[in-house]
Amino acid sequence: MLLLTDYLILGAILFCISIAGIFLNRKNVIILLMCIELMLLAVNINFIAFSHFLNDIAGQVFVFFILTVAAAEAAIGLAILVVLFRNRSTINVEELDTMKG
Amino acid sequence: MINFTMPDFTQAYPEMFVLAMTCVILILDQFLSDARRSITYYLTQLTVIVAAVLTFNQFGTDTVVTFSGMFVNDSMSVLLKLAMYVVMIGIFLYSRAYLTKRGLLKGEYYALGLFGMMGMMVMISAHNFLTIYLGLELLSLSMYALVAYDRDSMVASESAMKYFVLGAIASGMLLYGMSMLYGANGTLDISAINDSINSGTASKQIQAFGLVFIIVGLAFKLGAVPFHMWLPDIYHGSPTSVTLYIASAPKIAAFAMVMRLLVETMPGLQSDWQTMLIMLAVLSMAIGNVIAIAQTNLKRMLAYSTISHVGFILLGIIAADKAGYSAAMFYTITYAITSLGAFGVIILMSRNGFEADQLDDYKGLNQRNPWYAFVMLILMFSMAGVPPTVGFFAKLWVLEAVINNDMTWLAIVAVFFSVIGAFYYIRMVKLMYFDAPEDEQVLEGSADMRLALSLNGIVVLGLGLFPGSLMALCVAALA
Repeated sequence: MLLLTDYLILGAILFCISIAGIFLNRKNVIILLMCIELMLLAVNINFIAFSHFLNDIAGQVFVFFILTVAAAEAAIGLAILVVLFRNRSTINVEELDTMKG
Repeated sequence: MINFTMPDFTQAYPEMFVLAMTCVILILDQFLSDARRSITYYLTQLTVIVAAVLTFNQFGTDTVVTFSGMFVNDSMSVLLKLAMYVVMIGIFLYSRAYLTKRGLLKGEYYALGLFGMMGMMVMISAHNFLTIYLGLELLSLSMYALVAYDRDSMVASESAMKYFVLGAIASGMLLYGMSMLYGANGTLDISAINDSINSGTASKQIQAFGLVFIIVGLAFKLGAVPFHMWLPDIYHGSPTSVTLYIASAPKIAAFAMVMRLLVETMPGLQSDWQTMLIMLAVLSMAIGNVIAIAQTNLKRMLAYSTISHVGFILLGIIAADKAGYSAAMFYTITYAITSLGAFGVIILMSRNGFEADQLDDYKGLNQRNPWYAFVMLILMFSMAGVPPTVGFFAKLWVLEAVINNDMTWLAIVAVFFSVIGAFYYIRMVKLMYFDAPEDEQVLEGSADMRLALSLNGIVVLGLGLFPGSLMALCVAALA
C-alpha cells in the first residue's frame, strides 16, 4: 500500500528534476518547455495525492484547471519559440544574450 | 453532497461585461480595415470606462463572498479595480500613439490587453487559490504574447522567451506552495485556510514549507531580489507600449495577490512571512537602487527602479498592521500612475526607428520642450521621493508604519538606499535641464496624448499636494 509520503516524494523529485533541467540546460529552448510541463505535472501529483488522502474533491478539480492552463501555456510557449527561431535562426539558450546591463 | 447555490451575479458584472466586450472586440476587429482600426481603440476605452462605472456602483457596499466562495467583493477590491481602470485607460491611450507610428496598430493588442485586465480583475477579487491562479495565468499568458507582439524584433522575441520561462517557473513555484497548503489544511478557500491555520490542528512544518514556495512565486511575480533577473531584460526588450503595460497596472494586481495570499490567508504565519519579506525588501532596495546607477538605457534604469520600489511596497506589508497595508496600497497605486507617466514620456519622445530609450536622448529636453521636461521632472522627483510630489508621501507613510512597529533599523536602511537612488533620478533631471540638446526634432504627439500626459504629471503633483483623500480611501478600503 502506497502512503501519502511516497506520492509527495515522487512529486518533489519530479519538481527538482524540472528545476534542475531549467537551470542546467544550456542547449535547447524546447527542453526548457518540457521542464516547465514536468514542473506542473509534479504539482498535479501533489494535488491528486492530497485530494485522495484528504477525501476532498477540490484538489482534483484544481488539477483539471492546471492541465488546461498548461496546454494554453505550451501553445503560447511554442508560438514564442517559432517567432524566436524566425528572427534568430537558433534556439540555443546560450545565444539568448543580446541584452546586457 | 455539495449544495449548489445560485451565485450572486451582480457582484461580477464588471468581469462579465469585460469578458463579453473583449470577445466582441476580438471578432469585430476582424472585419475592420486598417484605416478604421480606431474603432477598436474607442470600443476598448469604452469597455474600460463602462467597467469602471459598474465597479463604482459597488463602492461602499459590504463584503460579499459569492460563486461558492471563489469570488469576493470588498472595499479593497473595488478601490484597487478603480485604480487599475484609470491606469489601463492611460496605457491604451499612450500605446495607441506608439503603435500607430510603427504600423503595429492591430486589434490583438487590445484583445490581449483587455484579457490581461480581466485576469487582474479576477486576481483582485479572488477568494480561493484556484481563482488566484487562474487570474494570474490569464494576466501572464496575455503578457507573454504581448511582449512578442512586435514579431520582427529580435530583442522582443528574446525577452518574450525569457519572460515566458521565468514566469512559468514562478507559477510552478506558487502552485507547489499552494499544493502544500492544500495538503496541510484540506481546503483551497482563503478564509477556511485562515481558520484552519488559527485552529492549530494542521502541520506547522508543511505549512511553512508551502509558505516558502508561495513567497518565492510572489517574489518572482513582483520582481523582488533575488528573483528579479527577468525584469530588466523584459523592460528593455519589449516594445515601449508593452513595457508601459507591464510596469504599471499589474503592480496593482500583484499587490492584491500579496494581500490575499499572505495577509488574508496566513495571518497565523505572520512572523514567518515577515522575516522572509524583510530579506526580500532589503535586498530589493539595495540591489535595485545601486545597479540602476550603472544603466545607460532608460527603460532598464526604470526596471531597476521598479525593483527598488517593490522593496518599499513590501515594507508596508512587513509592518503588518492596517496602517502599513494602507500605506503599501497608496504606494502601489501612486507608483503605477507615476510609472505610467514616465513610460508615456518615453513614448512621446520616440518616433519610428528611434526608441528614445537611451539616457543621452533626453539631453536638453528643457530647451526642446519645457513643459514635457517639467512633467518628466515631476515624475522623476516623485520616484525619488522629493516633496511636494506624491512619491514623498508614499515613502513617508510606509516608513512611518515600519517605525511604529519597532523596526526603525529597516526604515533607516530604506532611507539610506533611497538617498542613493535619488542620484540616478536627479541625473535624469540634470540631463534634461543642464545639457545641450543633440537632437533638434520637434516632439510630435496627438492632442489626446499630450493632454493625458500633462494630466498625468499634474495628478502626480496634485496628489502630492493633497494626498489626504486618496490615503483616506486606502485606509477605508482596509477597515
